[in-house]
Amino acid sequence: MALTGLILAGFVLGHMTGNLLVFKGPAALNEYAKWLHEHAGLLWVARSVLIISVFAHIWVGIQLALENRAARDGGPADDATRRASVASRTMPYSGVVILGFIVFHLLHYTFRTVALGGVTYGDDVYKMLIAGFSNKPVAAFYIISMLLLCLHLSHGVSSVFQTLGLRNERWRARLDGLALAYAWIIALGFISIPLAVLTGCLK
Amino acid sequence: MVQDNGKEQTLALKLRVWRQRRGQPGAFEEHSLAAVPTSASFLEMMDMLNEQLIKEGKDTFAFDHDCREGICGMCSMTINGMPHGPIPGVTTCQLHMRNFRDGETITVEPWRARAFPVLKDLAVDRSAFDKVIQSGGFITVRTGSAPEANNIPVPKPVADEAMDAAECIGCGACVASCKNGSAMLFVGAKINHLNILPQGQAERDRRTLAMVKTMDEAGFGNCTNYGECQAHCPKSITLDVIAKLNRDYLRARVKEFFSSTGKPSKGGD
Repeated sequence: MALTGLILAGFVLGHMTGNLLVFKGPAALNEYAKWLHEHAGLLWVARSVLIISVFAHIWVGIQLALENRAARDGGPADDATRRASVASRTMPYSGVVILGFIVFHLLHYTFRTVALGGVTYGDDVYKMLIAGFSNKPVAAFYIISMLLLCLHLSHGVSSVFQTLGLRNERWRARLDGLALAYAWIIALGFISIPLAVLTGCLK
Repeated sequence: MVQDNGKEQTLALKLRVWRQRRGQPGAFEEHSLAAVPTSASFLEMMDMLNEQLIKEGKDTFAFDHDCREGICGMCSMTINGMPHGPIPGVTTCQLHMRNFRDGETITVEPWRARAFPVLKDLAVDRSAFDKVIQSGGFITVRTGSAPEANNIPVPKPVADEAMDAAECIGCGACVASCKNGSAMLFVGAKINHLNILPQGQAERDRRTLAMVKTMDEAGFGNCTNYGECQAHCPKSITLDVIAKLNRDYLRARVKEFFSSTGKPSKGGD
């Protein structure tokens, strides 16, 4: 969970930074997309790592959830929670919604089988983006998914340190804070784009 | 808690207590208990309930207990959903009835975990912990005459840390409070206690691998960093022991993977 999670958490930072090029104008974003496709070899290395990480992350996650549910044996009738955060207790659920989002997102931008408004824009990522986020349900689903990603990362990133044994009581609060900051930077970075489209800042 | 008139306050309680025979499904049974002194411990309250049941000609509730001073790790009740009850850092035997309100309904359950099957009522079988200890919770020593006390120097911070981990009384509240039924806090405490001392170095890697393997085989869940164990541990053992268990486990696995066989490989020169 930790290693694949680390790769995926690193990826979303890169992806978010790339997306922010949209604020530099259509040319910057489209050139970035073109540049990625011109380096097909590297792109496929990155894609392979991501695909393996995603599947491994999901597979181990399902195993964890099933094993843990069985080990709990139903739990007490009156289950009390003293400390476990909402983020930690909803990891499988936030994960499933994010997976659903990834599938839709790939169909939209990578496979381009989702043609919003009946229009495909070929390689014009900028137009695709504007058309996509002008659709309010799509933008809402995007924003909700990114907020859930924030929740998922806030627990996941701090857990990486615990799993690798690089945490103690002195550092726990600081690392939790770091994870929360990271999660919000990612989420707000992504969310800024649909908000800009919906408010008309990006056309 | 003593009232102004010098008489001790008492409570009238409604108790929902788990009744179960081994291998059969269980259910809650409701009982009323009057005149419980606020100075009584939770186990003394359970003794009162059992005496009342004996007088009524009914079967008593089985529950584990031994020292009744918070150090043996035998008592094991989940009280209102909280292992060892509502006060952090104490065992059930050290929990006093002054922490409850008059007229309150109290739910009393056994530890709930697949690795701790119910023996009877509130008593569970914790021999899974014994198996974990048997697989690596020991050090090799020269037997015979007692060794010189300070033959092996132990730095003070190391001794302190080992003693913090050794505070674990093996009660199983960590497993019972964990939403994954994980025993990582217990195993982490035991591994840390021995792995950081010079006396524990000989078996360090073998101990870590063996105890984790036994823990997994016993049907405990996996740690997902909820932190409930630390919040419910009557000895306030921290998640630090789990982080260090993870570190030692990774170290042992890497060392095992790259261990030398002492022979050249078949495909080599």
